[in-house]
Amino acid sequence: MQQIMRGLPILAVPAANAAIWDFQPAVTPIARDISELHVWLMIVILSVAAIVFGALFYAILRHRRSLGHEARPFHENTTVEIAWTLIPAIILAVMAWPAARVVLAQKDNRGAELTIKVTGMQWQWQYDYLDHGFGFKSRLATERAQIENYSPGTPPRKSSTYLLEVNEPLVVPVNTKVRILTTSQDVIHSWGVPAFAVKQDAIPGYIRDTWFRAEQTGTYRGQCVELCGRDHAFMPVVVKVVSKDEFRSWASARQARQQAEAGNPDRNWTREELLARGERVYAENCATCHQPHGEGLGPFPALHGSKIVNGPIEAHLAIVLKGRNAMPAWTSLSEVDIAAVISFERNALGNSRGDLLQPAVVKAARQQEGK
Amino acid sequence: MNDHTHDSSHATAHGWRRWLYATNHKDIGTLYLCFAAAMFFTGGLMALGIRLELFQPGLQYWHPEFYNQLVTLHGVIMVFGAIMPAFTGLANWMLPLMLGAPDMAFARMNNWSFWLLPPAAALLLISLVVPGGAAAAGWTFYPPLSIQGGMGMDLAIFAIHLLGISSIMGSINIVVTVLNMRAPGMTLLKMPLFAWTSLITAYLLIAVAPVLAGAVTMLLTDRHFGTHFFKAAGGGDPVLFQHIFWFFGHPEVYIMALPAFGIVSQIIPTFARKPLFGYVSMVYATCAIGILSFLVWGHHMFAVGMPAVTQLFFMFMTMLIAVPTGVKVFNWIATMWQGSMSFETPMLFAVGFVCLFTVGGFSGLVLSVAPVDTQMQDTYYVVAHFHYVLVAGALFSLFGAVYYWLPKWSGNNYCEPLGKLHFWWSMIAFNITFFPMHFLGLAGMPRRIPDYALQFTHFNQLATVGALLFGLAQILFIYNVVQCIRARYGPADERPWDGAHTLEWDVPTPAPHHTWESPPDIALVRKGLRAQALEHGHE
Repeated sequence: MQQIMRGLPILAVPAANAAIWDFQPAVTPIARDISELHVWLMIVILSVAAIVFGALFYAILRHRRSLGHEARPFHENTTVEIAWTLIPAIILAVMAWPAARVVLAQKDNRGAELTIKVTGMQWQWQYDYLDHGFGFKSRLATERAQIENYSPGTPPRKSSTYLLEVNEPLVVPVNTKVRILTTSQDVIHSWGVPAFAVKQDAIPGYIRDTWFRAEQTGTYRGQCVELCGRDHAFMPVVVKVVSKDEFRSWASARQARQQAEAGNPDRNWTREELLARGERVYAENCATCHQPHGEGLGPFPALHGSKIVNGPIEAHLAIVLKGRNAMPAWTSLSEVDIAAVISFERNALGNSRGDLLQPAVVKAARQQEGK
Repeated sequence: MNDHTHDSSHATAHGWRRWLYATNHKDIGTLYLCFAAAMFFTGGLMALGIRLELFQPGLQYWHPEFYNQLVTLHGVIMVFGAIMPAFTGLANWMLPLMLGAPDMAFARMNNWSFWLLPPAAALLLISLVVPGGAAAAGWTFYPPLSIQGGMGMDLAIFAIHLLGISSIMGSINIVVTVLNMRAPGMTLLKMPLFAWTSLITAYLLIAVAPVLAGAVTMLLTDRHFGTHFFKAAGGGDPVLFQHIFWFFGHPEVYIMALPAFGIVSQIIPTFARKPLFGYVSMVYATCAIGILSFLVWGHHMFAVGMPAVTQLFFMFMTMLIAVPTGVKVFNWIATMWQGSMSFETPMLFAVGFVCLFTVGGFSGLVLSVAPVDTQMQDTYYVVAHFHYVLVAGALFSLFGAVYYWLPKWSGNNYCEPLGKLHFWWSMIAFNITFFPMHFLGLAGMPRRIPDYALQFTHFNQLATVGALLFGLAQILFIYNVVQCIRARYGPADERPWDGAHTLEWDVPTPAPHHTWESPPDIALVRKGLRAQALEHGHE
């Protein structure tokens, strides 16, 4: 019994605003539409249920042999049968109309003011702010000791946002149309925030999109909703909605931090430094599409033996800076990172071009591009 | 009416040979039903393992890898091991009796189609102990996750091949038996509704079982032979698998529902002592559901991302299925209306089926509305929905069928009070288990997770308690069936149900090894049809 009662949630209380038996409070127009649609569906369904179960239970209570009720063996009545085919069809058509309107509104992704690429990976999310040129990984912050209660004894008290807390949340501005692009670098995940009524699978080899416009500041929590292996239960989605001003200052601070981590582009970097850093940059940014060993993935070309990687270094740099087809312009990477990853690509992944690219060259190319 | 002494002239094998070499439809039907019961308890134990872990937040008993294996095997075993073989077993037992045929059309293929099942089950169970454990990608086997798994996944793929071959052979047998072996005077539109739903189900299976086999074979070659059907890395498409899988998977849902409709359409007129209200419209509704089931698979994939027009198409088609399904429910109620109803155990399960299947239909309608589905997809709402249609739907109808025909099969009565207790206990425990899951889904709890956020705790505890009670109730069922077969509750009447008019009640009790060796007399057939209001006129 002690085993069963151990760590009962009486010891821990969920966050006050957590929904328990209904949708989480809607903070986007679409979520509000969906809540209303659901209420409307429930009204229709409960009305139909009242009629159907009313008739069923009336018959059960009255038309029973134990009350001496004699069977009246009537059967088939064309009028009745047409009526109970047509009337439900009409009710369905009436229900389909507002539903279709919401579908079209959900799919209208025009006019996004901020685009964020969400990459699922076992078992964390990579968020890339494509408009601001920085990105980070967001992973579960709940400590393992709270989760793993296998051994006897009282486990540590679970935090109020148990399993719904991350090291660094996605930060977005309020009242802004935020477009989310999803993809994955391994298996299928699904990125969802119930308060926004957003749920979009993240599929390797695909870029899918969804969007939301949050109307209230606050922190909103969701989870991966597509079985993605061992730690599927442990890759939460946390979105912090802040005022536009707050977002601007957060974004520039976050960008500056990323640049500070970026390294000095003006000094000369050694081959070892560039290749070591390049390997890390490649794994974090390029391997999703070009694959860990540069073998390519569907529409994404292989880098192993690639003509560009093994051709003139200027052309290689130009593509990384400007992007091509599905590949974005890598504004999110620092000069050092770009120099490192290009050097890495030309000297690893089965390529042995032998040349290096210095960060200063990248800086010059970016300045040239800026003019 | 049948010559009893004729029985012994056949050199029927005894002991294990009787079962291993079985070609008799009744023996094979019994084998199917026993196999299904064994799988039902195996899958049920796994369900209890799942519920045990979910009793409270945190990981208490299983590691997440093993939890995922439990979830996967529970699904595969219940769908392919319990529900489908149980319906095939019933079809084997009942179709020849109901249609006035001496046996199934292909007796030896029948033997083969059953004996493929135990090896398939063995592969699934063995996979639990191989390195890497059993398949852990869910019963839907979505790649690339299913490509990552260990050899347990391969064993599951081979098990599905065997189960698929078995289903196809069983289905061919049903189609040929129904189309070619009916008694004189029994035209297609006069045969019992259970025969109709079995026929449509068999066609659906012949159409989609090869599709599933193809999908898992591609998975197998992706895993081992360097193909890239579903591997994005090689130009393949992970979403393609989902389209193929659900092209199988949605008709599969009706493969598990249509025979249940048939059973309930036999039981309700019997205990309402009235003919089925709209026989022809029931047949048409069955056909309509069969056809529509091929056009709605996309509703399983609303979160994959599809163009608005595609989403609208699948949404409208899915909503449309509510029409023929509604026709069925209205027909059952109209059959009960002004009847002279009594509520023996089969009728309780049939009425329980109508009530809870309707609830499952309503939640299905909510899910069909694509924007609302955005919130529900892959949450416990879906888990609640499909357990309402598969447990309270398929399983309750199977319980009803067993209680309904057991006296004819065994020649003995079952214990009526115990049967009623089984029904009420199951009914209450089922709702304690699965109704709270609607709320969990609305609040956003994802399915297939071994651990959850704190706000989901109370409903999960309720569901776990319900699941344990539901599991216990099934011991009553097995006890009742075993004691019935051991003749503890006395011999049954030739016609235990005064309202039953189909041909199976015209054979002796217990049904002898061979029945209808000569087709039933046309006058006998007509008498039954008139009682079912399928034929008019006088003697």
